[in-house]
Amino acid sequence: MAKGILGRKVGMTQVFDEFGKMIPVTVISVEPNVVLQKKTIETDGYSAVQLGFMDKRANLVKKPMTGHFAKSGTTPKRYIKEIRLSGMEEYEVGQEVDCNIFTAGDYVDVTGTSKGKGYQGNIKRHNQKTGFKTHGSKYHRGVGSMGIIAPNHIRKGKNMPGRMGHETVTIQNLVVVRTDREKNVLLIRGNVPGPNRSLVIVRNAIKK
Amino acid sequence: MSQQLIKDVTQDYLRKDIPEFRPGDTVVVSIKIKEGNRERIQVFEGLCIKRQNGGVGETYTVRKISYGVGVEKTFLVNSPVVDKIEVKRRGKVRRAHLGYIRGLSAKASRIKEKR
Repeated sequence: MAKGILGRKVGMTQVFDEFGKMIPVTVISVEPNVVLQKKTIETDGYSAVQLGFMDKRANLVKKPMTGHFAKSGTTPKRYIKEIRLSGMEEYEVGQEVDCNIFTAGDYVDVTGTSKGKGYQGNIKRHNQKTGFKTHGSKYHRGVGSMGIIAPNHIRKGKNMPGRMGHETVTIQNLVVVRTDREKNVLLIRGNVPGPNRSLVIVRNAIKK
Repeated sequence: MSQQLIKDVTQDYLRKDIPEFRPGDTVVVSIKIKEGNRERIQVFEGLCIKRQNGGVGETYTVRKISYGVGVEKTFLVNSPVVDKIEVKRRGKVRRAHLGYIRGLSAKASRIKEKR
């Protein structure tokens, strides 16, 4: 069965596994999500489940959205995202989705927005090599050649400096270490894209 | 709020049966070692020279002289691999990190007992 949940990255820590080894984990706070809408092929052209996560004040919500939340009988939510996975038909509008959909040992894909790095050069942005710093070198961290002379223009896709980070990144096949319904917490082995306090989407792994 | 949540999550992994000890104390650490199916206990006795980090990842380093060679081992305070820790002697030191003890002879590296 396909499953997904919205959560907030809290930060990283370490826990012990069953062998007494210390493993790095990311703590994801997953307050129960609410299914706001079900999209079907007949009505919308594709099938998906729309989830809402984290309450927000009613006076922050525009009128059309108030009606949308009223349909599922919930309080207004801050984050609304669709989960598009096949086999999500058993979800009902208004149903709560909590961390118990996963169990320890499950493989998950985690999507988030990576940390923004600002304006970066080619060394950091495209993993280009640096020139020699010494030995009379005049080429240190520059972009280098712009390509062959013949077309009289720069080829499309030439790696250049620019804004780096703040992209949607998915890390696949991470392992769920623990779920805690009382604290509404998911512990996932390893790191997860994005800064602390950012929104992450946890879905079951598509390649496992 | 978020740091508190991380503290709460790691609370279950903290060991409550660990005695209080500080750098300068002589400790006996019993480590569980698995060999195939059986488990035995190895003892490492020496001087605690530092405690680092905090929370679930806190560590301490024990130093002893083995056949004339200085040996240091670092353990996790909350590690389930450690069977027990015994404090043999409380030392009187004025440092949190006793790195200076490495360069000293056996006679000079003696630490007075705390009373």
